[in-house]
Amino acid sequence: MRHVRDHVPGLCNSSGKVVNILAERVLMKGNEALAEAAIKSGCRHFFGYPITPQTEVAAYMAKRMPKIGGTYLQAESEIAAINMVLGAASAGVRAMTSSSSPGISLKTEGISYIAGSDLPCLIINVQRGGPGLGGIQPSQADYWQATRATGHGDFHILVFAPSTIQEMVDLVYTAYDKADEYRMPAMILADGMLGQMMEPVEFPEREADHLIEKPWATTGHQNKRPHNIVNSLYLDPNELEQKVRERFQRYEIIKEKEPMAEEYLVEDAQIVLVSFGATSRIVKSAVNTARSMGIKAGMIRPITLWPFPEKVIQKAAETASSFLSVEMNMGQMVDDVRLAVNGKKPVYFFGRTGGIIPSPAEVLAQIQKIMGGAK
Amino acid sequence: MAIVFQKPKTLTDATLHYCPGCTHGIIHTLVAQAIEELGIEGKTIGVAPVGCAVMAYNYFTCDMVEAAHGRAPAVATGLKRALPDNIVFTYQGDGDLAAIGTAETVHSATRGENITVIFVNNAIYGMTGGQMAPTSLPGQITQTTPYGRDTATAGYPVRICEMLSTLDGVAYAERVSVDSVPNIRKARAAIKKAFENQVNKKGFSIVEVLSSCPTNWGLTPVEALDWLRENMIPYYPLGVYKDKTGGDK
Amino acid sequence: MALTNFLLAGFGGQGILFSGKVIAYSGLMDGKEVSWLPSYGPEMRGGTANCSVCISDEPIGSPLVLTPDILMAMNLQSYDKFIHSVAPGGMAIIDSTLIDKKTDRTDITAVYVPATALASDHDLQGLANIILIGTMLKHAPFADFEAVEKAIQKCVPPRKSHLIEANLRAIKLGMEY
Repeated sequence: MRHVRDHVPGLCNSSGKVVNILAERVLMKGNEALAEAAIKSGCRHFFGYPITPQTEVAAYMAKRMPKIGGTYLQAESEIAAINMVLGAASAGVRAMTSSSSPGISLKTEGISYIAGSDLPCLIINVQRGGPGLGGIQPSQADYWQATRATGHGDFHILVFAPSTIQEMVDLVYTAYDKADEYRMPAMILADGMLGQMMEPVEFPEREADHLIEKPWATTGHQNKRPHNIVNSLYLDPNELEQKVRERFQRYEIIKEKEPMAEEYLVEDAQIVLVSFGATSRIVKSAVNTARSMGIKAGMIRPITLWPFPEKVIQKAAETASSFLSVEMNMGQMVDDVRLAVNGKKPVYFFGRTGGIIPSPAEVLAQIQKIMGGAK
Repeated sequence: MAIVFQKPKTLTDATLHYCPGCTHGIIHTLVAQAIEELGIEGKTIGVAPVGCAVMAYNYFTCDMVEAAHGRAPAVATGLKRALPDNIVFTYQGDGDLAAIGTAETVHSATRGENITVIFVNNAIYGMTGGQMAPTSLPGQITQTTPYGRDTATAGYPVRICEMLSTLDGVAYAERVSVDSVPNIRKARAAIKKAFENQVNKKGFSIVEVLSSCPTNWGLTPVEALDWLRENMIPYYPLGVYKDKTGGDK
Repeated sequence: MALTNFLLAGFGGQGILFSGKVIAYSGLMDGKEVSWLPSYGPEMRGGTANCSVCISDEPIGSPLVLTPDILMAMNLQSYDKFIHSVAPGGMAIIDSTLIDKKTDRTDITAVYVPATALASDHDLQGLANIILIGTMLKHAPFADFEAVEKAIQKCVPPRKSHLIEANLRAIKLGMEY
């Protein structure tokens, strides 16, 4: 958690500890915590569409927004919702939409336009099993979509993967700040387990001046400046290439500055498990059991999925003898782990899909299989 | 020398990319005049469509946002909800508004979003080279209805003003044409009223403008206006379909 | 107590999720780490509902409880499904009004409470779940009584605040049983 809080100005005191937590902590569902965190971040414009298992985000917004002078709008489709976000983001406000896997597929058109128009916004994906209508139980099968293809064209979005309800809150704060700073969409990639579960959470108040100026916004020029245009169309290929290259220069800075990961018992680990989001909680339990059995296991938990924390994995590849990526899918992040390890050490994969949460025992069995059951 | 006409100050000096004889230029001028006459340029934000008018953001001097195909009303909704005291308009063609964006059109209308929609209906997809539009007439020959629009397989044209006028959220819906000077005068008044309605917070206003496409219809500009008059106006009767604003008619 | 895992199961409408919330809030009031994870699905009323709760001194790993230390079963299906998953040395709190079976497991403590009948006898309709929490609190003190009291005050929504007193009565009834 400290990793996240380090990135959020105005969240905690200088030691990184929040004092008097108990008095402020409330038990809250992940979905509701996401919504409240967005409100605390200054979001006053939410556009959504009901879909399980994220609906509580919308329901919470519907309840709160009218009381704080904000907009809650239930759109006619996920497509309309993301385009309303585009409109509101053009106006310079902190806008947001949330959905679950099938709905995110519909939003990809708008996400591409938002990225191509250099607009910041926040998108929540509370993942469920796919493809197609799939199921409604927790899944991480949208990793490829989130990190590779949230729409057509050459672009990235920031992708944050929380593993606790508190981290969902903290990462919403970070996501909005970074989206504004880099003028690009940010996504919180959660799943049905995180969305539905309750944990104690506290909401630090943000400093009043955390919002930055947006001189590019289309707010009406009041006859005081040239007209602003929010646009993603460049018919001249040279101009379009130039625009995309500029964006990729920004991405290079982001890849340098913004990757976040939690390292757990990695230093002396022979086997390093790599896992994100809800799955990492199960993996951590398995790592602890493995350690108690004398197996030197550790875990790297990417917190940003894009930019992927490849340096942390590269470093571990110097000392560990093998890697095991554990995911709630058929093996998606493992691609990025392999790219980072770059053939130096074997990379294994274990996953459950379709909405099944792997058990700590299953993960432990994989560790034992790879490590030969011995030290 | 007395000036009898000049370009509205609310149009930029960019050269329009429209084909010779296209009526988009006239409709742009009417929109720009309305904005200028109402003195709202500084607080207006336009939303451009995908279609022939895709580069409208280069032609109006107000702030502009380019939307995805059909999504202009959703983008306008987002803008208007964030900036309720500003003036937000969309400028959309028939494919954009009445095919791919029908859901966005109908639902922004039924929500009664206080925006102004300028709907240019020329019964064809212009930018992509003359395919059937949702508003192409029965029997109309296009690139994708080479034997004429067969209603048995391609269905019937969509009458947007008639359809939207049934929705409680719509404040004002009028169909006009730019085929003749008298009709252009009426169109000018309708477009101005649609902006005035928004200034006066009357709600969703749409002006459907029957327009010509000489290039893709395969006609001269003058023949195209005749075709509009003889074929489109009978199918799409001109007039006010809804007016809850307490104004004239 | 390092970590206690609870699994509560029954029909939708019996207050399974609410019971879990009371337990989780009790842990929170005692200054512990807690998690609450519901089953979710298209069924609202009458379908099966279950809920995993963890109370721990340490941050909680998996919030999904597969081998509960404490099972609370409020219908036969749930009893049949979960009685064998209870951790050895664990406990099962069973509403014997609705479940007429007795477990042959000797490695767990089974407590049979006719909670649904007790609820209707004491004018506490709909609070069989809370009676069972009272019994649970007596046999496996997962939190101080004061913490449970505070938890109930937190969990009962303001528009139903007149029910707080009945909930507290149900806890006490369960503890006396």
